[in-house]
Amino acid sequence: MLSQEFNHTSSLNGLADPGYFNAPLQLRGQSHAQLIADLGMMMRIRTVENRVGDLAREGIVKTPVHLAIGQEAVAVGISRYLKSSDAVFSGHRSHAHYLSLEADLDGLIAEILCRETGVSSGRGGSMHLINRESGFAGSVPLVGATIPLGVGAALAAKMDGTDGVGVCYFGDGACEEGVLHESLNLAAVLHVPALFVVENNLYSSHLDIALRQPDDRTARYADAHGVRNLTVDGNDVCAVAEAAETLISAARAGGGPGFLEAVTYRWCGHVGPDANIDVGVRRSAVEVAGWKERDPVGRLAKALVDAGAITQAEIAALEQEQAEMVEKAIATALKADFPDPATLLDHVYASEGTDQ
Amino acid sequence: MSTEIEYAEGVRQAFDWLMSNDDKVFAIGQGLWSPWYVGATMTDLDKKFGKGRVIDTPVSELATTAVAVGAAIQGYRPIVIHPRMDFMILGTDPIVNQAAKWSYLFGGRSSAPVTIRSIVNRGGEQGAQHSQALHSWYAHIPGLRVLMPATAADARDLLIWGTLSEDPVLYIDDRWLYQETGVVGDIDPERPLSSVLPNVLREGDAVTLVAASWPVKLAREAAEILADEGIAAEVIDLRQINPINHSVTVASVAKTGRLVAIDGSWANCGLSAEILAGAVEGVSPSAWKAQPARITLANAPAPAARSLEAAYYPDVERVVATARRMVRGQ
Repeated sequence: MLSQEFNHTSSLNGLADPGYFNAPLQLRGQSHAQLIADLGMMMRIRTVENRVGDLAREGIVKTPVHLAIGQEAVAVGISRYLKSSDAVFSGHRSHAHYLSLEADLDGLIAEILCRETGVSSGRGGSMHLINRESGFAGSVPLVGATIPLGVGAALAAKMDGTDGVGVCYFGDGACEEGVLHESLNLAAVLHVPALFVVENNLYSSHLDIALRQPDDRTARYADAHGVRNLTVDGNDVCAVAEAAETLISAARAGGGPGFLEAVTYRWCGHVGPDANIDVGVRRSAVEVAGWKERDPVGRLAKALVDAGAITQAEIAALEQEQAEMVEKAIATALKADFPDPATLLDHVYASEGTDQ
Repeated sequence: MSTEIEYAEGVRQAFDWLMSNDDKVFAIGQGLWSPWYVGATMTDLDKKFGKGRVIDTPVSELATTAVAVGAAIQGYRPIVIHPRMDFMILGTDPIVNQAAKWSYLFGGRSSAPVTIRSIVNRGGEQGAQHSQALHSWYAHIPGLRVLMPATAADARDLLIWGTLSEDPVLYIDDRWLYQETGVVGDIDPERPLSSVLPNVLREGDAVTLVAASWPVKLAREAAEILADEGIAAEVIDLRQINPINHSVTVASVAKTGRLVAIDGSWANCGLSAEILAGAVEGVSPSAWKAQPARITLANAPAPAARSLEAAYYPDVERVVATARRMVRGQ
């Protein structure tokens, strides 16, 4: 129960209220071709997450899956301004971050099915993804742990003398870990090109932000450390992309770290495909239904149709194309072998030579 | 060419060599510009290599350690300095959960070749949180190499080999050894850590004394005294405690039939227990002439008062008495 003394305020106002921001997007003069590509990627993410959820229900996927349905626009908007030479780290809910970098779909599905052909050779599962070719440097589920790894990658980029950035994705729950404050301070002091991205979906695994923080705007932590920050509707790919461009270009130009707070909502529970409406105090069937009206995919599709950039038939074709790719990846992965037990000890050490 | 140097100078020479020969090496941690924290082990490195490569940090063990892990993943060879191991507990997630597992997690597609240098700094009535040697904790973790130099040569060479290794390494040096002198030869950087095996520092056939880091000094001094009494002790310096090599100890105990493990941490689930377990598993029952023994810290936090410290820490007398009793039966 809320303590009598605990007075939670909402600086996010309408951003945290699904009654607002549910009209078709303002396209902000952004390229229609880019936005159609973004739409295709968001559909890919949603299709993957829906199908992974199905496979989890069927017991075919055993590894814990943290689905990003409803949060697709955040990673897609940011990845527009990332390069394969950047380094992106993420946490437990990382499929969208990985996919939005155009990383290997087949390898992702195979890893979620824990097959030898997965991107981590079946050693990682859903929560340990990597695709260095695309810039995805790794995901791990220890909450907050990858925040300073992103700062470390930013330090490496600065020492290299390139215009690379280090990116870390995390959630509103991770903002309650002390490591965020150490990392923001260190990034500011070292003046490194780090981009902190918080997907504020208003819930930790188990509790409403209103019970966990005195205010729902997490960018106030960046204020406290003097780090440039922006808070946007995370279900608006145009708004996310605009903010990402501002912060990433500043970081690339030697302007130091940035902090992007994208307010969003997960349609599913913390883990698995169910909605978990019994979690937290506010989360209810009514609230989940309200947030589905602020659908990042539907709002973009509607705006593009309204602008005459795409037809409903073309959208259906785009969706079909993504679905076929995902089905093919699932079929291929299901035919692949699980890792050979004889390889159990491979890669414990990266160095060559066998210890006695 | 051989010269005699102090242990602390061995550490400093390793930094100097690494930063002179590999532009991917940098040092980061608290107090690196001050002898107050790191003794004579990093003197003037910041002046020679610049404060951009010898980075003194805010009071943030966790972020500092993890930032180095992130830079290591991106191709650097950072050395993180924790001037006291007690404080390193605050920065343990990036060591245990991240660096140690990074290669395995991703099926060998990435690795985190970071070196964590942790200093054991105790005695002098510093009390329970300025005294700990926690190597046994970290040696439990697959994927993390744990190095414990006991000599000036190893103080230098293990830091070089550890930093150049593809693996994450915890290198632990002990301030009680800083003024110990030893002979060093030319630097040979091409040594994989899998080839760093225990050294037999002194041969003997009556009893085997096994230790790592500072207690090796106790073992060597005890062996001198025991020799005067006609007891030939064999002294083994483990050097690397994860992965641990038991074969040198096993071969020695098969010869002597007697084993004393000496460790500067606690007994339960500690390095001394691992030494005994390896010997018990590897040495034939018929070869044992006495039950093996352990000499460790008392099972308590470190006390401050000098009278209690004297009872708390192992000393040469205890090693001599234990070995003598084992050999002479009295």
